[in-house]
Amino acid sequence: MERDDLIKNHEYSLLANHDEEHGKEIRKKIWKVTALLTLITVVEVLIGAFIKQYDANGGDNSLWPYVKLGFIILTVIKAAYIVLIFMHLGDERKNFKWVILGPYILFIIYLIFICLTEASYWNAVLGGVNSITP
Amino acid sequence: MAGHVENISSEKAWGGDGSPFRISYGKQWMWMFLVSDALTFGGLLTAYGFARHQADAWPIGEETFNAMPFLGNGYPLLYVALMTFILIVSSVTMVLAVEAAHRLDKKGVTKWLLLTVVGGAFFVGSQGWEWYHFIHGTHNGITLTSEGWATISDIVYGANNVVTDITLSFGRGVELTGAEALSVYDPNAATMQGANLIENEYVPMVPQYADFFFFITGFHGFHVFSGVVFNLIILINVVRGVYDKRGHYEMVEKVGLYWHFVDLVWVFVFTFFYLV
Repeated sequence: MERDDLIKNHEYSLLANHDEEHGKEIRKKIWKVTALLTLITVVEVLIGAFIKQYDANGGDNSLWPYVKLGFIILTVIKAAYIVLIFMHLGDERKNFKWVILGPYILFIIYLIFICLTEASYWNAVLGGVNSITP
Repeated sequence: MAGHVENISSEKAWGGDGSPFRISYGKQWMWMFLVSDALTFGGLLTAYGFARHQADAWPIGEETFNAMPFLGNGYPLLYVALMTFILIVSSVTMVLAVEAAHRLDKKGVTKWLLLTVVGGAFFVGSQGWEWYHFIHGTHNGITLTSEGWATISDIVYGANNVVTDITLSFGRGVELTGAEALSVYDPNAATMQGANLIENEYVPMVPQYADFFFFITGFHGFHVFSGVVFNLIILINVVRGVYDKRGHYEMVEKVGLYWHFVDLVWVFVFTFFYLV
């Protein structure tokens, strides 16, 4: 018996092909996203180089927690563009997109929550157990 | 209800007649692999976050990584920004290779894939330099003074190797020099220079910092290296015309997914090791 799954497989691969006109549009989008990713990276580096974590007296910069949050938001934006545009996940079927993204996002948020909560406990109760005296 | 059951032909539903995702198996399972790999990196970075969150001190990215090849120190984050840019550009050339592949443009695929390989090789080389610099550390290392650990920014020796002047940097912009610095300095005290798996001068109280740096950037670097090898193999197949015969260049798309993933991981490594 002929294996029809292989035939289907080949069909899906062929379906991805497109003509020159369509390609032009896609290339335009690629260069747009490239410019955006580069811009975000430049902004990140400038903030990293010029905003200090400490103030003139060596104390904490009260602005720093917000800068940190800003870095994380910019990173997630970059990641979203890479996954949805460069990896074309945005162009896949909706059910496939969520099979990939849903479980991962759920699990990673849980993991981060658990680890940071536990780390806060270690620091508060055990006083930063990694501290060693030479 | 009965009508519904009759409408589904079991022969069609279970006979492999189409994927519910309308995607080929190769691509689907590359995605599944990437999810599992992303969980590995997610676990590593979260463990790093754990260690960092519970520690009292942590090195500041722009003070730890401020060197440029041939130029010396004083260029905060510039080198790693360059590395990041190279990787992003190689991701762009990859996506352009995939686009050319969809038009069955063999010449275009060859050109863009070759550039991707070159960009990847550049990145791995840059990481090698970064490691070299991280392992060797600052020029004079750090020393344990009566005020705690301090980086020796500058040291002047007089006759009989006696220290006549010293500049001590305690981080966060606090610096001591002259008589004040000499009064806290002890030439016989413990010193540290560079980083290894047991100690590191960047944050002497937290030796795990260097372990995390070596493990996570090393694991990522190995992914980049593997990606360069995969891309090279596919490039050779493209040139040989293997995919022309097949009628589609889906293999380029698959290694492309892996390559973008490597870039994606770096975006997070960059943020959590260098920026934050």
